[in-house]
Amino acid sequence: MSKTIETIEELLAHVQVMEREAYECYLDLAEQMEVHNNHEVAELFNKLAEDEKKHLGYVEARVGDSEIPHIAPWDLKNFDDSGLNMTGAREVHYMMLPYHALKLALRAEKKAVAFFADVTGASKDPEVRDLAAEFEKEEQHHIELINEWLGKVVRPEDDWDEDPDPPVQPT
Amino acid sequence: MNVESTTPALTARDYKSTVKPVWCPGCGDYSVLSSLTKAFAELALPPEDVAVISGIGCSSRIPAYLNTYGFHGVHGRATALATGLKLSRPDLTVLITGGDGDGFSIGGNHFLHACRRNVDMTYIVMDNRVYGMTKGQPSPTTEPDWDSALAPGGTGLRPFNPLVIALASGANFIARSFAGDPNGTARVIAQAIKHPGFSFIEVLSPCVTFRPDQREWKTKAHAAPVDATEDIGRAAKRLMTDDGFNTGILYIGNREPFCLSDSGAAKKPADIETQFLV
Repeated sequence: MSKTIETIEELLAHVQVMEREAYECYLDLAEQMEVHNNHEVAELFNKLAEDEKKHLGYVEARVGDSEIPHIAPWDLKNFDDSGLNMTGAREVHYMMLPYHALKLALRAEKKAVAFFADVTGASKDPEVRDLAAEFEKEEQHHIELINEWLGKVVRPEDDWDEDPDPPVQPT
Repeated sequence: MNVESTTPALTARDYKSTVKPVWCPGCGDYSVLSSLTKAFAELALPPEDVAVISGIGCSSRIPAYLNTYGFHGVHGRATALATGLKLSRPDLTVLITGGDGDGFSIGGNHFLHACRRNVDMTYIVMDNRVYGMTKGQPSPTTEPDWDSALAPGGTGLRPFNPLVIALASGANFIARSFAGDPNGTARVIAQAIKHPGFSFIEVLSPCVTFRPDQREWKTKAHAAPVDATEDIGRAAKRLMTDDGFNTGILYIGNREPFCLSDSGAAKKPADIETQFLV
């Protein structure tokens, strides 16, 4: 059952945590790919991180000097266990392609849309509903952009993760 | 049990060092690193007041990736090292990190006595049921029928049950979490740090290279259906019979943590040095 958000401050606090989670997660993924010499995907994750950083800046500017409650990442409402963290996702592989990275990003955006849709549908406060709807619209736009981007990248072959000379040789 | 969370002065990322992890992408240890830094940020721990001690293995690399004090110690001896540190510097928040091989095989004896001594520190074992760094040998927690080139047909050996052993040996806080739930793991770590005495957390942390089957843990891990118990008998029954995938805080004890008496703890390094002067 959805837990409701009834104040603008609480909503902004949630968005701030979400944006920071996404930003830090993309940075982590970019580092992983850099270490494993997958520079193309590292660059893509860095770009996604930059986008999230901009969103975070936007939210922080919106918060301004107003007092918002502190929300621990584990107290994010209406998210499943992994929240917006993608580091443990199946697709994360040293040979992953931009396609996989974009699919991950798409999943995160969809989670965000679902979150805002929940708030829009459940909150009793019209201002909260309006702001949540605004954020939902933005996230929907991100989904469109990622889908567009996905249409331009190479789709992986079935054996995309086959490496004849793997860095760590399973026995 | 709630974790009082203050507005953090630092973000999780501020607790990361500039050293980039070299784990395999997809490894659960990345999530545990993220959980650790989130817990530190939420507890607003000054990095200079935290020490993370480890042994040897993939997961034991964690201290290098943190912006706190750290010590990448000897194989299996991390709990002994951390015990010495905490007793001499009780003001520090001391954590131990490592893997199942390091903690339960090479360091098995130290694990028992760390639980028994109940010094106020937190031990996080990233359990992937395999020796990953040395290319896939079965570990103490490996399933008896796990078939691999290094153990054809499986070991046939009963796996070590770390939570039961921790309870029997005297650990004061026992939990299990799943690396695929980084926020849940962060909460458990924060609670473990705050709980007095020796806290033990088994984090199910998949090894995607040598145990790709562990990707399925995502569907197996589940929140424990009941709250943490303070009743040691009930905890024993629960831990002996659980399926190995129950997550959450499973036991919270109330033993007084061990610390040195004034005559020991108050000693400064200079006082100790005088004992060695001839």
